[in-house]
This record gives sequence, C-alpha cells and structure tokens, in this order.
Amino acid sequence: MERESIEYDVVIVGGGPSGLASACKLKQLNPNLSVCLLEKGSEIGSHILSGAVFEPKTLFDLFPDDAKDCPTLKTPVAKDDLFWLTGENKSIKVPSWLMPKSLHNKGNYIISLGELCQWISEKAMELGVDIFPGFPAQSYLKDESGRVIGISTGDMGIDKEGNQKGTYTPGMDILAKQTIFAEGARGHLGKQLIREFNLDEGKTPQHFAIGFKEVWEVDNDNHSPGDVVHTMGWPLNKGTTGGGFLYHFDNKRVAVGLIVDLNYTNPSHSPFQEFQQFKKHPKIKQFLDSGKRVSYGARAITKGGINSLVKMDFNGGMIIGCDAGTLNPSKIKGSHCALQSGILAAEYIHKILNEEICDFDDLFKGSSLYQELYKSRNFSAAMHKFGFYVGAAYNFIESNIFRNALPFTIKDEQRDCDSLNLNNPLYAKEYPAPDNVLSFDITSSLFLSGTNHEEDQPVHLKLTDPSIPLTRNKELFDEPAQRYCPAGVYEIIDKEGEDYFQINAQNCLHCKTCDIKDPSQNINWTPPEGGGGPNYIGM
Amino acid sequence: MKIIIPVKRVLDPYTQARVNNQTQQVDLTNAKMAMNPFCEIAVEEALTLKESGSASETIAVSIGTDKTVDTLRTALAMGVDRAIFVKTDSELDLQPLHVAKILANIIKREEAQLVIMGKQAVDNDNNQTGQMLSGLIDYSLGTFISKFDLSADASSVEVCREIDSGIETRKLNLPAIVTVDLRLNEPRYASLPNIMKARSKPLETIELSSLEIDTAPRIKVVSVEESGTKDRASKQISSAEELFNELNQMGVL
Ligand SMILES: Cc1cc2nc3c(=O)[nH]c(=O)nc-3n(C[C@H](O)[C@H](O)[C@H](O)COP(=O)(O)OP(=O)(O)OC[C@H]3O[C@@H](n4cnc5c(N)ncnc54)[C@H](O)[C@@H]3O)c2cc1C
Ligand code: SF4
Repeated sequence: MERESIEYDVVIVGGGPSGLASACKLKQLNPNLSVCLLEKGSEIGSHILSGAVFEPKTLFDLFPDDAKDCPTLKTPVAKDDLFWLTGENKSIKVPSWLMPKSLHNKGNYIISLGELCQWISEKAMELGVDIFPGFPAQSYLKDESGRVIGISTGDMGIDKEGNQKGTYTPGMDILAKQTIFAEGARGHLGKQLIREFNLDEGKTPQHFAIGFKEVWEVDNDNHSPGDVVHTMGWPLNKGTTGGGFLYHFDNKRVAVGLIVDLNYTNPSHSPFQEFQQFKKHPKIKQFLDSGKRVSYGARAITKGGINSLVKMDFNGGMIIGCDAGTLNPSKIKGSHCALQSGILAAEYIHKILNEEICDFDDLFKGSSLYQELYKSRNFSAAMHKFGFYVGAAYNFIESNIFRNALPFTIKDEQRDCDSLNLNNPLYAKEYPAPDNVLSFDITSSLFLSGTNHEEDQPVHLKLTDPSIPLTRNKELFDEPAQRYCPAGVYEIIDKEGEDYFQINAQNCLHCKTCDIKDPSQNINWTPPEGGGGPNYIGM
Repeated sequence: MKIIIPVKRVLDPYTQARVNNQTQQVDLTNAKMAMNPFCEIAVEEALTLKESGSASETIAVSIGTDKTVDTLRTALAMGVDRAIFVKTDSELDLQPLHVAKILANIIKREEAQLVIMGKQAVDNDNNQTGQMLSGLIDYSLGTFISKFDLSADASSVEVCREIDSGIETRKLNLPAIVTVDLRLNEPRYASLPNIMKARSKPLETIELSSLEIDTAPRIKVVSVEESGTKDRASKQISSAEELFNELNQMGVL
C-alpha cells in the first residue's frame, strides 16, 4: 500500500481553542482558502481538559453574532472566594481586597472547555474547514531548503514488535503552504520545532504544572452554580507550589482540581495523591458530600508566561497557544490567550498568503494578548524562584499596588526536570489509603477517564536509553515516574526476582508530564495509533 | 448481487454508560458514539465479497437522527459504495421490530439478495432484529456466523454458526440474512484518504414518516440502572491454571 498525499492551503495540528480559532478566522478572512485540521483525540474535545473559568471576550471577537447563542456560556461567575488552606482542617479566607487582581472573575463564565471546543468545531465546519479527529500528526515534513511544508499522519495496524498487521493502513502526507502547530502544552512536534528552529533562543526555559481535574455530580444544598473557589497552601507544602480550584457549574456539576507546579523538589512527592487528599479539606469536602465522581483526568499546563514564550513564526508555519506558551500564569487562564493567538496567526498567514509584507512580531506586540502577558511577566517566575509565601506576597504587591508596572523582570532559569533533590528517606512521603468516598486509587480513576489504546501496537512512550529508569533514575530519585504519572503508566515490578521497568502505555492520559519531568530527559512522548487516549466528556 | 449492511450508531463501548436520573435513560448528551462493533464486522465481510468480485454493490443503511450520518460516513470511508439514511426527528425509542420493518422496506426496494448485519448492537444487546427481519421478508437466516463461504454460482452460502454446543455448519439458499459474530474477521480502519473520498460518495436520505411504519413501542422499559463501579478492580489472567487458582482462592469453586 502506497502513502497518499493531499494539498491544502493551511493545515492545523490540534483541535483545541488555539487551532480551532485559527481555522475559523482563516475561513472568515478568505472563504476560498482550503483549511484542514487534525486532532489526535477520537473526537474534538475528547482530549481537552481545563478548569475552566473562561474570559469570553475573544470568543465574541471571533463570532460577534453567534457567541451569545453558545450553549456552553451558561454559568456566569457569581461568587469568587480565595482560601488559604493553612492545614488539614484549617483555612483563612483571603478578603477580596487582598486577592491578586488577576484572580477576580467578574464577567467570566464557568464552562467545560471540551464542550466549547465542540461548539467552535461546528462553527468551523459550517465555515468549510475539513476536520479530521482520530488522526495525530506524527511528524512534520520539510523541503530541501528546510522549510516546513506539511505533516504526516501515523501508520495504523502495526503490532507491538513493529510488524504490519492484517489491518495495516499507511499514514498520509498532508502538504500545505502554511502549517500551524496548536498541540497544547508540550506538543511533541512543537518540542522538535522549537529545538530545530531555535524558537526559544534568549528565552527562559519553559515552566509547567500538572493539573488534575474531576467532575462530580452533586445533590446537596451547597451547590450554587456560578460559585468559584480557589485555594492555596495545603496539601502542598514547602518545595511545592500550586493551587486548588472548585467550580460549580450547570446540571449539578462541580469541577474540582489541583494544579501542582512541576518544579517540585521532593522525588517521593505524588501529585495524584496530593490531589486525592485535597478533596478531604472541609472547604472542599462540603461541596462534594453525597456526590458522585463522574470523570477524572490530568493535563500539563504551560505556565512560564511571556519570559518563556517562544518565537511563534518560522519558515513555513506557526506555533500557537500553549504549544508556544501563551497562557497567562497570573490567572492560570490560557483558553482566551489560545483563542487570541489563533486569531493572530490566522491574520498573519492570511497576509503572507496574499504576499503582503508583514512582520509577526509587530502584529503580536500590537495585540492585547501581548499587553496582557507582559503585565503578568513576573508572576510565575516569582513563585518559582522565591517559593510560595514570598512569591505570593511579591505578586500581590506587584499586581495590586504597582499594577504590574515595575520596571524589571524576574526570571527563573532552572528547567523543571532539574529541580528534584536526591532521594532521601528522611523526606519520604506517605499517603493514606483511599477512602473510596472522596479519595480514590488510580485504577478506578482511570476508568472514569475513558482512556483506551489498541493494545497490540508499539509502546508510544519511548525511552532514549532503556536502562536509565532502573539505574540513574532509581538510584538517585527512586524513579519518580512511578509517582508523577497520573495514570500509573510507569511501574517497577518484580519479575522473577529482578526489578523490571514496566510501561502500561494503554493507560496513558496524554498529559505529557513524563516528557517534562523525567530528571534524565529520557522519556519521549509520541502519538499512539489514531484515536487512542482519554475520552473526556465535559472536561 | 447487491448486499445491504444495516449499521447502528451506539454509545462507544469503551466509554462508561451513565443513567440520567430524570429521564430514566442512558445519558447520551455529549457522549462519544461509534459504529456498533458487530456492524463493523458486517461491513468488512461485505467489502471482502465486493473485492473478490462476488458482489456488485454494497449499501449501508442506518436509522436515526442527523448525527447518524457520521456512522454512515464511516461505513463509506471503510469502502461501502453508497448509503441510505432513514431519518427520524427525535431520539425515538426504536425497538427491534420497528427496525426490522424499516429494513424490510429498504431491502425490498433495493431488491438486495444478501443482508449482512451484526448479531446484536452493544447498547441494548437485543439480538432480535436479524431474526425478525428474516421472518418479515422470508429470507433464509444464519445467526452468529464466524465463517462465510459463498458458492461459486452465488446461489447459496455455507456458514459456520457459533452456538452454545460448539460450531454448527449450515448451507443457506439465497436470498439470505446473516448476523455476524466476533470471530468472522478483523474490520479494516477507515483511512484518512478514504474518509476524504467518502465525502463525495452518494448518501440518500429517506424520512421515516414517508415509510408509514407503525413505531408505537411494543416493549415497556420498567427501570434503567447503572452497573456498580465499586468492585471493578479487574485482573488479567494469562492461563487457565491461574484462573483456577484465583477462583479457588475466592472460594467460589
Ligand atoms: C487543570 C487545568 C485547569 C485549567 N483552568 C483554566 C481556566 O480556568 N481558564 C482558562 O482559561 N484556562 C485554563 N487552563 C488552561 C487551558 O486549558 C489551556 O490554556 C488551553 O486549553 C490551551 O489551548 P490550546 O489550543 O493551546 O491547547 P489544548 O487545549 O491543549 O489543545 C490541543 C489539542 O491538540 C491535540 N493534539 C496535540 N498534539 C497533536 C498532534 N500531534 N496531532 C493531532 N492533534 C494533536 C490535542 O489532543 C488537543 O485536543 C487550565 C488547564 C488545566 C490543565
Ligand atoms: S505516561 Fe506520561 S503522558 Fe501518559 S499519563 Fe503518564 S505522565 Fe502523562
């Protein structure tokens, strides 16, 4: 069987807010352009996981007539609380005037980003975009001059050993005048492009967090659609920053989550377990009582802000959204930034396809996205560098007193994979067993993510050196992959009296944490056979 | 010889079915849907027959709301020649007898000699439609087939049926209906180029109301409950011996 190829004017990799926005904007600017969008999830939205408190302005910019009818914008934020959890049962309410300005949510909506993406994808199809879910872009194609000229999708029907099965179906080349990469946090093609085109030259290393989320259906008097709760502090302690959230939205649903910065230092730390503990705090528990957990998932967040934002244009294409790092870390909101970056990319590409002279940097610097990101430039770095208390105080002073106008920039040069201390039994962490009411184990959680991969296929988590997990990583850090992976993919098991490093690839949630946090940078996330991965609904 | 392949859009078998307490139905809002796996096997078998030159045309039929077209497009992308979409206005509770009557109508209209369909749909697991259909149109019937051999003159087909006592071999005279089991074949993927091409293949829409079929429910649903999730911790077992030991330990033997 031969590989086939097809040409489009523009091909977009990834059906999150950034990719979908650029697809729509391109067709709005020029209906004659042929635009194709590939999504690795089996449906648009099935790999999307977000909080989410959503700033709707950009959606109205993109669809001035239709956005008001978007069924996802149902629950305006009604109440906005921030608690500092000082211990297992203790908390202090942070008064509104003391809250960092960026955490105020008036005018925003509580949504499921997956559902919003589904709605935007319907708009995109009405505009004539060809959308193909279930097909990951496996690699990008270049011509002799080094210009990116499109992407290839992966082959299907290959067995564990790499042989063709009866169902073998070759992938396809999709060629395009411009290729847009919108893979979200730690895109696997984005990572290669950044390296190959030096897009991060002069930038601080990108910083990430892992965000956990569960949706609960609750039936109690405490449910109050529109209420937003943010927390800082417990269960995260020294050496770990992050924060919790709990949003009441429609149909008696509550979204609860914990974001854990991936520059944590203790190798025995388990972000999954921290999240399970978090739900037991009285400030959170009261809203989950007598409720039922209906979904679970996790996804990395790109949160270095403008200091780490890579150059977004290169020869033959663009990299946008969280793939490039457009999230605003002071708000931990990236959806509206992703939409904006998609629109900017479309405007730029529309111009250059018309052979107008245009510099993307100028376009970007004149945008409200740039303004927003520039103002919050010190947020994430201050947290990372000074730790939680001093960082938070700094951020409060800068954002509420100096209104983000301080004339200097704080930078954090350490990569997240380099932050682990050596394994030390003194700091070993023990977590209580799941109570199966509020806290659960990984197996039952995974079941709710709907994750599924064809079993007889090559392992999509590739180790550059297969010996490292049991040598360097085990000796120095007790192989932290056993704890940072939210899906229990990595296990050291006993096989005939010897240690064996097992990769349960079929459980993978495509969160990309292993690719980011592995202290030896030895794990490479690659896309599995099309359609594999979580099947998130309403996340 | 024309082959008709009825295909059903069902809740993706890999996702968890949830019950909406208000409607007392499985909640399909935003749920991931897919072609019933047995229907995929039926499509694969029809395509193999077409490729071997034994069939002149393959036609997929599906009944449902607008979204059902996605499932027909999948069949077209797998390689079926054309599709017939019987459109219903709402999520009508179509029961096996209704489906059989609708299919009977289409099969007569198309004068199809062979109907290949799934033995059951994984949502309701009724396992009735093929049987009822054969009664309605008086075609020979082979259920649960795991092997299918068309005679050289295409007048009959030898099938193996998976039955409780083992495998039963039978000869059916055409016209015939077969309902397929899991082991018959491994369905192909809908490849990206074929998905693109499928967009221009013919898809005819028929309004259900135009067929004048009585769709009054014959079965009453008493209650719908979610299966428990508590004891779901499962374990993969690699040999019969291990299974025996496990069961022994659980004290169930
Ligand atoms: C727990 C959590 C809470 C959050 N809370 C909020 C919030 O309250 N408010 C807010 O505004 N933001 C929030 N965010 C951030 C927000 O979700 C992201 O900024 C936003 O989703 C980024 O959009 P994107 O389009 O860049 O990428 P994504 O939304 O990640 O979408 C990328 C898409 O590309 C697909 N893809 C990736 N690689 C490939 C490939 N090779 N081929 C084909 N497809 C591919 C993926 O499957 C995915 O569908 C939160 C994030 C998390 C994890
Ligand atoms: S294997 Fe990696 S990408 Fe997959 S769930 Fe685990 S940490 Fe995330």
